[in-house]
Formats: sequence, C-alpha cells, structure tokens
Amino acid sequence: MSVEIQTQPGAEAAPRRRLSPALQSIVRVAKYSGVKLVMLFITVVIGVYLTILIANMGGYVDQILRGEIREGISQRLRRDPLYRTLTPAEQNKYFESEVLREEERLHLNEPFAIRSVVYLTNALQMELGRAQNMSSDSGSRQVRLIILERLAPTLLLMGFSNMFLFFGSIFIALSLSRHYGSIWDKVTVALSPTSSAPPWFYGVFFILIFAAIFRVLPFGGMLDAPPPTNKLDYALNVMKHLILPSSAIIISSLFISIYNWRTFFLIYSSEDYVEMAKAKGLASRDVETRYILRPTLPTIITNFGLLVIGLWTGAIVTETVFSWPGLGRTAFRAIGLFDTPVIVGLTIIYAYLLAFTVFILDFLYAVVDPRVKIGG
Amino acid sequence: MQALKSAFRQLAGYPSALLGGILILILLGVGIYAPIAIPYNEAIALWRGGEEHWRQNPRNVPPLWYNWFTKEALPISFQYTEADENVTRTDTPRENGGTNTIITYTFDFQADKFPQELIVYLKSDYATKKPFISFTWITPDGREVRVTDLGITQSETYRFGQDTKLQRRLGGLPANQGLFADPNSEEVKPLKGTYTLVMDALTFEDGDTIVSSEFVMHGLVSGWFGTDHFRRDLGVAMLWGTPVALAFGTLASFGTSVVTMIIAAIGVWFGSWLDELIQRITEVNLVLPFLNILIMVGVFYSRSIWTMLGVTILLSIFNASIKSYRAIFLQVKESPYIEAARAYGASNMRIVFQYLIPRIIPLLIPGLVLGIPAFVFLEATLAVLGLGDPVLPTWGKMINDANNNAALYNGFYYWILQPAVLLMFTGLSFAMVGFAMDRVFNPRLRGV
Repeated sequence: MSVEIQTQPGAEAAPRRRLSPALQSIVRVAKYSGVKLVMLFITVVIGVYLTILIANMGGYVDQILRGEIREGISQRLRRDPLYRTLTPAEQNKYFESEVLREEERLHLNEPFAIRSVVYLTNALQMELGRAQNMSSDSGSRQVRLIILERLAPTLLLMGFSNMFLFFGSIFIALSLSRHYGSIWDKVTVALSPTSSAPPWFYGVFFILIFAAIFRVLPFGGMLDAPPPTNKLDYALNVMKHLILPSSAIIISSLFISIYNWRTFFLIYSSEDYVEMAKAKGLASRDVETRYILRPTLPTIITNFGLLVIGLWTGAIVTETVFSWPGLGRTAFRAIGLFDTPVIVGLTIIYAYLLAFTVFILDFLYAVVDPRVKIGG
Repeated sequence: MQALKSAFRQLAGYPSALLGGILILILLGVGIYAPIAIPYNEAIALWRGGEEHWRQNPRNVPPLWYNWFTKEALPISFQYTEADENVTRTDTPRENGGTNTIITYTFDFQADKFPQELIVYLKSDYATKKPFISFTWITPDGREVRVTDLGITQSETYRFGQDTKLQRRLGGLPANQGLFADPNSEEVKPLKGTYTLVMDALTFEDGDTIVSSEFVMHGLVSGWFGTDHFRRDLGVAMLWGTPVALAFGTLASFGTSVVTMIIAAIGVWFGSWLDELIQRITEVNLVLPFLNILIMVGVFYSRSIWTMLGVTILLSIFNASIKSYRAIFLQVKESPYIEAARAYGASNMRIVFQYLIPRIIPLLIPGLVLGIPAFVFLEATLAVLGLGDPVLPTWGKMINDANNNAALYNGFYYWILQPAVLLMFTGLSFAMVGFAMDRVFNPRLRGV
C-alpha cells in the first residue's frame, strides 16, 4: 500500500514534509519484514536440521544401511557364476570394492556431520536430489518427481475435503449462531465430542458399511484396475473412490469445527456494536457480513492459511487405510526405507510453506483490519 | 475447595458429562481388573502366542454372541480334559502286564452348522512298546463309527479332518461333516443331540500308562470376543488394551499440559530472553513434522510404548497452547496479589508455583481431559501404522492385524468393530466430560 503512494505521480510533486510519513512507514515495514524473514529462516533451518538429525537417529540409520548394502551385495554375488570362479581372496577383494562403491553412491563414506550439512544446504536451496531407495512410479529416482507424482492425489483428497469442511462449517456455524439454542444448535453441541476420533477411524466404519456390507463403493485406491480410458469415465471413477476417504476426513472434524466457529461467532455477536447495528434496524445479512464476519476475518484467514499448508502433509493414516496414493503414504514408505532425502524433501517444502504463510499472514491482517499496524 | 465443589455440582447438571463420567468409571474398572485377571507377563506371553497357548481355538472365528443374531446356530468351540465332568476314565490292569484304559467324552451338539475340526491330544508313558488306541464315535441315534486305530507316541496329536481313511469310511465326506451328518436327511446337515467319543487304549507293560488326554472341537464361534489368525483369544487384547489406552492417554495429556503450563509460567515470570527463547522453540516445533518424527523414532529406534509416550510428550510440550497460557499469565502477572507477594519477598519459584499456576488450573483441567482422547487415538494410530508396542496387546494392534489380514474384505467384522467400539467409548467419554468442564470452568463460554 505504501509502495503505491510512492509511484503516484502526484506524490512526487508533493512537498518533502508530506512524503516523509510514507517513507517512514516504508522503512518501518521493510525493517519489520527483514527481521521477520531472518527469524523465520532461522526457524526453518533449525527445524529442518533437527529433522535431518532425527531421520538419522545419531548414525544408527547409517549402520542399518551399511548392513543392508553388505547383505544385498553378498546375495547378488552369490548368484553370479563368474564370481564363483574367483579365489576366496579375489572374491573378498571384489566384494569389498562393490560395497565401497555402493557406500560412495549413498555418500555413506563421508562422516554424518558433513553429510547432514550437505543435506541441509541442498534442502534449503530446494535441490532435493536423488532418493536412496525409492523411485517414482515412472521409474525416476529424483525426489522432486517422487513428490510431484504424489502431490496431485493428496491435493485432490485433502483439498476437496478440507475446503468443504472449512467453508461448510463456517456457513453452518453462522446460521447456528443466528438460531442460538435451537434444536440443531443443541444437536451440534451434543455431537461435537465425536470429533475426538481421527479420520481413519471413521474410515474403517465407512469401509465396513459401504464397501464390505453394501458393496456400493470401493474398499480403497484411487482408480479401478484397469483404469477407464475415457476421460469422463476416468474422472467419475476417481470421484467414486474419493467419496469414502473425503467423507471420513469431513465427518471426523465437522462437528467440532462447527462448534468452535459457532462459539466464536456467538462471542463476537454479543459485542456492543453488533447490538447497536441490530438496534439501528440493519438487515441480518448486513449485520453478519459487516459486523460479525469483518472483525473475525483475521482469525478466519489464519485458520485458512494453516489449513492450506496442512494439506501439504497429507494424511498418513487415512491414506494408508484407504490405499490412497498420496504424499502421506510416500512419507511413511520413505521412513520405512530409511530414505533420508525424501524425508528431508517433504519436510523442507512443508517448512518453507509454513514460513511463507506465517509471513504473509501478518500483512493480510493489516489489510483486513485497520487497527493492525505492521511493525508498529 | 468450595468453588471446586460447586463446579462439580454444575458439571453433574450436564447429562453428557454424567454419561461420560459413568463410562470413564467403567473403563477404569476394566483397566484395574485387567492386570489382576491376567498379570503383565502372562498377557505378553499369551499375546506372543504359539500352539501351546492357543491350540484349543479355531482361527478367525467370531465371538459367542454371534449366535444371538444368526438364524442358524453356529457350533461353539470347546476343549475338554479328563478333569471335566462329562469325561469318564477307567483303568483296568491286564493279565499279562499293562492296562486297559477307556476314556469317554460326552458332549451335546445343538448347532445347525458343522464344526471346523476335531482334535485329540494324547500323552503317554511307555518303556518299549507303543500303547495302542482305538477311537469309536457314537452318534445321538446310536450308530457306532470306527474312527481310527493307532499306536501312539509319548505326545500324539490326532486330527480327524486329516485322516483320509476316515473320510473314505464316511462316504467321502470330510470327518468334521461326516461324523455329524444326519443320515436320514436329503441335504448334508448335522444331527443334533449327544455325541460320545470312546477311546479304548491298551498298554503292554506294567508301568506304561496313558498320562492324559484332551479333546478339542474347533467350532465356528469361540470366546466372548472371537479369535484372530493366530488362534489368539481377542479377549486378551480387548481387556489389556483398556489399561494401556487409559495410561497412555492420561499420562501423555497430563504430562503435556502440566509441563506446557509450567514452561509458560516460567517464561512469563522471568521474561526477557527466556520468554523469547521459549517462543522461538515453539515456532521451531511448529515446523517439525510431528507424526513423521514419531514414525521415525518407531521405525529406527524403538516401538516400546514408553519411548513413544516420552517422544510424544517431548514434541507436544512446545505446542500452540503455550501461547494462550502465556496470554493469561501475562494478565495474572499484573494483578495486585502478585505484587503483594513480591512486596513481602516471596521467591521467584514460590510466586510461579504458588501464585501464578494455581490461578489457571481451572483452565487447565478441561484442556487436560479433552487432550486424553487425542492421545488414546494417537496410540491406536501408531499401532495401525504397524508401530504398536512390540509385546503389549492393544486395541490399535488388533485393528492393525485385522487390516493386514483384510478383515473387512473377508467378513471378519468383529475383529475391527470390537476394538473400534472400545476406542470410541474411551474417546467419547473423555470428550463429553471435557466439553462440559470447558463450559463450566471457562468463563468466556459460560452461557454459550
């Protein structure tokens, strides 16, 4: 906003004294943004480095990997007819050289302290590198491709269900707060404890009812085998597979979400200025949008921002229960295969998104709420 | 104290809190009963399984109460030993050494379906020559069927269903059907009534005896909770899952919220760099992928429930609620009674633990209770991912086993439904009480 003032031709002609508050505010915002960015970057660095350390368990994972390499190579060589013709000394030498080669490929010959810093700097530059053991469905070892391949299903599942959940619950909560004490209000309050169960839990019930007993919806996966070739059928097929997992995600937090928003709106709708607006005889829709929604906008935006970055993590267990080919399952598989580059790749993207969202939120607050002054 | 009493009276006014409270008490009762009924080590040994523990059980059969809902009665599994009332045993010495032992097993069969399998376990003691034994099957309508004749070793297992000669004698029907089939019926269906199995054993030298015998029928229902793919009685996991879930949930929730509150209080009281540091740690913690780290610890290091509990608490201490506690403490810090405490020379620790923290305990309690279901389900979640405690039987591990064996696809609904219902009861009961507490203790929500 401050930038706009400067680019206006009229501002050039204005006397210096009138310009200085604008300049001051630019300096203030720039200084604030700079400090904030540095802090966020440090936070990301520490968070990601901690994850790298944990993903290695103090060198323990290196030992596991070394053991697996030796095991794998000795099995491979035992089947090799040429290898059997060598003398034991030659065999040993060849075996060791093969082990060394594989360890060099995975950079296991370098100390972990150095490797962890390499992981960190590469990750910070978004050079995700190559996976150690995993490969994408198209056969690539690029972490970027492994993640990109699974991103779409996760965004589809999480995006669809969370957007529905978010806007649905705000909409319902608004109308409930208007009819405080009604039967629907009471039902929602009574049902809110059901949200203590996670989505996979409802997923199990949904699979039981709709897949196992009635056989109307698939048990899991994202497509039938073989997938339909027609584009429309393909989309419909994905939709059919989407129903159960997304309903599980929606149901598991719908009531608590409505309850929280409703309580939140109720607290705000008992403010004096709302009473005043009602007394003036404003239409209830105007009261809602201008006097209740407007001041609660920062909270709504914060929640929405956190929701959007939450999409990125996927839902490990829900995806596992429904065999949904998303990022959550990729993360789970990467951990099982001790594939540090993939784990770090997923973490760094999440960390950057989180930092970016936190950074942007401050400015959004200032836009929607005139009382908030950036860096003030 | 008076305030607490009135709060609880108010709480009793919420029907959901009352119901939740009753459920919690029942769960607590089961939780205390479980380690008494099956001690820790025994539970672990039972759950590790093996033939010696569970050979009397069929694989993957539903619980007894299935019979209340099915049109056709399913045969109930049983295991009889010589100590049971329906078993008789007579030992008569023979003229030229050895004994003649006759053991009869009598049992009532009222089911409309055939059992899975019949098995006899025999233990004998002999010097040189194997004891010889012949089995006769007597049906309710008086037919006598020769089952088999065999010389037995010190430890012998005879499975009726695997005896092909017997199958041929029964007209091609497998033994589990042929022995029970009604000969006057067009379709193959079991004849109801009292069956007897007579075992006539001969030993050939003095001192040789049949030490013990055991007759087992693998029916189509077993126990109050059914069995799994390892023949284990699911009752063990249902029972032992209760204390494990309660302990994990309450310890994690209690540990997390109390430590979080103490840290927030200390940060606010000492202020300056300490407060800054705590806030920065909270932000770093937000970046860390919680479930991924738990999974990493489980996969790389240890799946023990205590390790998981520790890591869970460690990762949850610096959570977002530290900020809301901080906001309240900042208000409380300015109140006159704190100033008075400072004036009379109270130490920092005294102010934090005696004046600051007690003030917000009413806000802590609902959060603590509401946190329990989340942690109970977290334990189950980890187990569903295959990261359950390696030795302890838990509800989550049951669901995981069931999932791995495609229980829903194969129709073993009881396998998933039973632990799921218990999980739901646990989650709901604490959530209902917590919600009511929140409304009683939290002044902002009063009347909303």
